[in-house]
Amino acid sequence: MSNTTIKVPTMQEKIAKGETPDILFWVGCAGSFDDRAKKITKAIVRILNHVGANFAVLGVEESCTGDPAKRAGNEFLFQMQAMQNITVLNGYDVKKIVTGCPHCFNIIKNEYPELGGKYEVIHHTQLVQQLIDEGKLKVQGGAFKGKKIVFHDPCYLGRGNNVYEAPRDVISKLDAELVEMKRSKANGLCCGAGGAQMFKEAEKGNKEVNVERTEEALSHNPDIIAVGCPFCNTMMTDGVKHFNKEDKTKVMDVAELIANANDL
Amino acid sequence: MISSIIFIVLFLGSSIFFYLNSKKIRRNILLGKDISITDNKGERLKTMILVALGQKKMFTRPIPAILHLFLYAAFVITQIELIEIVFDGVTGQHRAFRPSLGGFYTFIVSFIEILSVLAFIGTIAFLARRNLLKVPRLVKSELNGWPKLDANIILIMEIILISFIFMMNGADEVLYSRGQSHAENLGDRTFGLAISSYLGPLIYGNMPDAGLHVIERIGWWGHIIMVFSFLNYLPFSKHLHILLAFPNTYFSNLKLKGQFDNLFEVTDVVKPNFDPAYQPVLDPNAVIKFGVKDITDLNWKNLLDAYSCTECGRCTAACPQSITGKALSPRKIMMDTRDRMEDVGKSMDKNGGTFVDDGKTLLGDYIKHEEIWACNTCNACVQECPVNIDPLAIIMGLRQQLVLEQSSAPNELNGMFSNLENNGAPWQFSPADRANWINEN
Ligand code: SF4
Ligand code: SF4
Repeated sequence: MSNTTIKVPTMQEKIAKGETPDILFWVGCAGSFDDRAKKITKAIVRILNHVGANFAVLGVEESCTGDPAKRAGNEFLFQMQAMQNITVLNGYDVKKIVTGCPHCFNIIKNEYPELGGKYEVIHHTQLVQQLIDEGKLKVQGGAFKGKKIVFHDPCYLGRGNNVYEAPRDVISKLDAELVEMKRSKANGLCCGAGGAQMFKEAEKGNKEVNVERTEEALSHNPDIIAVGCPFCNTMMTDGVKHFNKEDKTKVMDVAELIANANDL
Repeated sequence: MISSIIFIVLFLGSSIFFYLNSKKIRRNILLGKDISITDNKGERLKTMILVALGQKKMFTRPIPAILHLFLYAAFVITQIELIEIVFDGVTGQHRAFRPSLGGFYTFIVSFIEILSVLAFIGTIAFLARRNLLKVPRLVKSELNGWPKLDANIILIMEIILISFIFMMNGADEVLYSRGQSHAENLGDRTFGLAISSYLGPLIYGNMPDAGLHVIERIGWWGHIIMVFSFLNYLPFSKHLHILLAFPNTYFSNLKLKGQFDNLFEVTDVVKPNFDPAYQPVLDPNAVIKFGVKDITDLNWKNLLDAYSCTECGRCTAACPQSITGKALSPRKIMMDTRDRMEDVGKSMDKNGGTFVDDGKTLLGDYIKHEEIWACNTCNACVQECPVNIDPLAIIMGLRQQLVLEQSSAPNELNGMFSNLENNGAPWQFSPADRANWINEN
């Protein structure tokens, strides 16, 4: 990835300049704090910069959507977070949001409206697909030409919201060989992170979910396991390490594939 | 005359018994909280036709789907013949509809015979699969005891029922060809039934008339008694799904699977902090319970789900946590919910309609914390269920109870909650550092 500096305006800066961004990039907690996920965040920004998108982030005004609390049963904490975020978003009169995480995507899109936060929300793979369709982004296969890629469906993008094609469409532009696991799309298997499992030890059993899932992905002997979620990314990366396959198989977000292929 | 009376007594008796047991099930389901599902009637009807009648979701596994379809079609179509059986039984006639229906009669009964043969094959295959092949989802521990027996009983009942049909039709075919059947003689020498006109002579061709009359009657009475038994067995069995699949799919959740309900009890309290103009709706002095501790905290749709469960285990076979050997099994969640409902219902029956507290609750005594905390909220179980059951909704309710009422989440999750509360992120990072990534390399 090239080292051209990225340009990331915040909402506050934009408003101060009297500008109104077309779209808000919701970075999410993983995208903001997790070292691996920050790279995905930057890949998304590079794509946005490349097409000259008029976007902004909330920066320090962003706070967790409340998803991990909600899925863990803490509805109070979720609604406190949600209403706080909605106050900020509505204060900036935000209309359209792209998220770097399927959990943020799902909860803002589906569970915020009833609490007063109504926005058009898309996942970053949908944004990339739109940019390609509109002709704003041309994708070359680049380094990924002929590479074997398996795509792991994030539960809250796929089953949760029926978005199966956007990430596949985008990957198909890379001239790579896209392979489907037996458990894919509506039958996809969770990476093991969802439902707040990311934040706790697994319950007693005979296997880790991420090992089960990565095993399935690795059985296709892929060059790349493509994901669309920072938590899946962590889980699958750990899974690949578990099988000592880091040299052969990389775990990458769809946004990174595109940014890398285009040498952004 | 005597036989008509016996028939009418049996018929009324089994109808009344079925009615009384159905009423209990209805009462148990209505122990749940009231919710209103009156929207999107067209889409609901369509879902019911596709999923319950058309068995759409079964066809992700084509072989069991086809075998199951044989049983199911035989079950549905055979009911047409019951109209005649009941008519004959009450009036003391024999094959009363044949003279007026003619060829159509032959067609319908032949169709039933062919389906019965297919159902017979399906039943044998299912028995073998359950007892010999040991398909993983059909041998899990939650099926030990009654559930396993239940599954086998119904399959064996099916075999007996089908055998009776062929005894009845086969013997009658032979009698008719000899001009000895009690059916009205139309001048032909056979009913022309697709299977029995061949199978009958093959098996019973050498028997004397008297013996054939006995066999025909055993078949006829056996058949109808099996039907009455089956009907009255349903309320005690997982086979209730034959009936409840219809309302259950009609009342399916039509929202996106990712969308969970927001608890209004919480919104009502949280909202005034952000919107001073908001007027709380709920009485501030009322005791509000959050989440699900027992079946009365679930809503009637959750309880209808539990009674509709076929115990097929498709959910469990798709569950990441079950696959990896954790205690969680979404099928067990549904079975436990039904068991609890039945236990509460029995206590009500015994005590004149009031439930006497037995010191137990769904949470803890039936479903363990370890199961609840394993869930990935991934919706694989919901996706898989052939009758659109939602085990995840129950799991979420139980989690809410543990967190909001009992403060007994696993420690790491409590840590995550306090990070989130203090730092606006599930980890221990300062909110002031949230945008640091922008300037890092
Ligand atoms: S939602 Fe929970 S119970 Fe259902 S399949 Fe996923 S992990 Fe299993
Ligand atoms: S919940 Fe659905 S999938 Fe699971 S056992 Fe019951 S009927 Fe089968």
